[in-house]
Amino acid sequence: MKILVCMKQVPQKDAPLELNETGTWIREDVSYEVNEPDAYALEEALRQKEKHGGEVVVITAGPARAAQVLREALAKGADRAIHLEDHAFVGLDPFNTAQAFFAAIKDEKFDLIFTGLQSDDYGYAQTGVILAELLGWPHATIIMQIEKSDSGIRVKRELEAGYFQFVDIPLPAVLTIQSGINKLRYATLIGIKQAKNKPLRKVIMPEVQSAIGGNLQKIERLYVPQKAKNTEIIEGPPGEVAKKLVDKLRNEVRVL
Amino acid sequence: MADTILVVVEQREGKFNRVSWETLTAGQALAADTGWALEAAVVGGRVESFAGEVAGKKVSKVYAIESANLEPYTPDAFVAALKQFLSSRLPKLVLMPHTYQVRDFVPKLATAMGRTAISDCIGYKKDGGKLVFTRQMFQGKLAADVSFTCDAPWFVTVQNGAFRGDKVEAGASAAPVEMVKSEIPDGIIRNKPQEVFKEAKQAVDLTQAEIIVAVGRGIKEQKNIDLAKQLADAIGGEIAASRPICDSGWLPMDRQIGSSGQTVAPKLYLALGISGAIQHIVGMKGSRTIVAVNKDSAAPIFEIADYAVVGNLFDIVPPLIEEVKKAKAGA
Repeated sequence: MKILVCMKQVPQKDAPLELNETGTWIREDVSYEVNEPDAYALEEALRQKEKHGGEVVVITAGPARAAQVLREALAKGADRAIHLEDHAFVGLDPFNTAQAFFAAIKDEKFDLIFTGLQSDDYGYAQTGVILAELLGWPHATIIMQIEKSDSGIRVKRELEAGYFQFVDIPLPAVLTIQSGINKLRYATLIGIKQAKNKPLRKVIMPEVQSAIGGNLQKIERLYVPQKAKNTEIIEGPPGEVAKKLVDKLRNEVRVL
Repeated sequence: MADTILVVVEQREGKFNRVSWETLTAGQALAADTGWALEAAVVGGRVESFAGEVAGKKVSKVYAIESANLEPYTPDAFVAALKQFLSSRLPKLVLMPHTYQVRDFVPKLATAMGRTAISDCIGYKKDGGKLVFTRQMFQGKLAADVSFTCDAPWFVTVQNGAFRGDKVEAGASAAPVEMVKSEIPDGIIRNKPQEVFKEAKQAVDLTQAEIIVAVGRGIKEQKNIDLAKQLADAIGGEIAASRPICDSGWLPMDRQIGSSGQTVAPKLYLALGISGAIQHIVGMKGSRTIVAVNKDSAAPIFEIADYAVVGNLFDIVPPLIEEVKKAKAGA
């Protein structure tokens, strides 16, 4: 099976974020990491390839720094990478991001495309499904298991509140992958070495520009959310904090 | 024709999804603020009785969009039915609950109509003449006001718990229900869904717990879970966790709180090393009292905490266990 994995570089989970001067985006001088569900999507693609053979290709869109995500993926076992390299990709809405990917892979023939179920930055949870619609392929979201079947694949969808559902889907198809579907691997030293010789295709903006239009939605303002609650901060050395907290739990919350 | 807001409610297994009523509340508030008409739609195999239930609320009309091919749910059939319906009615705004089912088809529907969806919204504002929708970004650390820059219909999905479902207004009299028969050709449905099932039995029902001690990534290692268990035992609560902890197998899946796990509202929710990603928050923000311990003062969990301790849980929890034991012994 030939599998494409769409991956994204996002600010590290505990990175302190600051707003830019126009209050429409963050200051980008922070540490970045791979979007967590995308790491699980990659791992699942590698496992499928190990079982059924084929090829794993990874793709990302973003400035030069985003190549780190691709290098890590290649080191873990992906065969080649595609980098839509331009800072402008960061600001695209999900429709145009999907359009850019669609344009960049139009000459390829994949059996499956994986994305993480959503990104930790925008959190749209849309790009994968939109890409499926642009390709005219079926899709399934929030996937926890993938088995090859005679007619295509059988996937396990996660529903809410602990429910699941198996769905049979013909190929080619797009799947959005849930975190926890598998156990992530680490890159080996040999893998890191080999990654340097694997093909990484750069796609520059003019190559996909014609597929991209104006954003259909626009961030007018980004801001630190106003606190909904009156939070009492309990400070001091640990022993004192524990004492104060127990006092609150006993006299105010009344659970002790 | 006047502008219309259409709320598409979700029913599953014969019951309305709770977020459906919350979304209807959002629709009523928007209708009051914009002067636009409010209508609702129910989509499925046989939905007339559901439509009747929605018609009791303050809406001007309810559509029951039916086809045998809409049961069970598939994205192909839902998009076909709704695209057909929306293309003829062209509402200004289409509101839906941000459920796993809606997430599955809305991006496809919006794209098929050349439109976009602003997903997982927690509110809206009228900014001058402009309607903006508020959504969380960066896992809740920041919020964004987002506007549409395309033509209607505008698609908006509403986050679980963002509006009060019990505040949905009843109508003075029942709204008319219009039956809409969808023509969905058999051949267009590509996915074949099997029965919905629950994995194993749910050993613990966390919804009944009065006190929950929940751990997140901050617990760092599996062996440290025991520390949180000691606190749970001392205080007489149940142990629970955010998704990554259960994904790692450090606690069983039935201890998971959040959108994919259980939704709880205990008297006390003690969050240890939980950053407060949206998916977790939606499962516990109804708790009466929330105590959060986290070393990152910018962690979104503090936004909803009643008591905040900025510090290392490994410093705080051991003396806390001792103090709780003392208090219990003295009580």
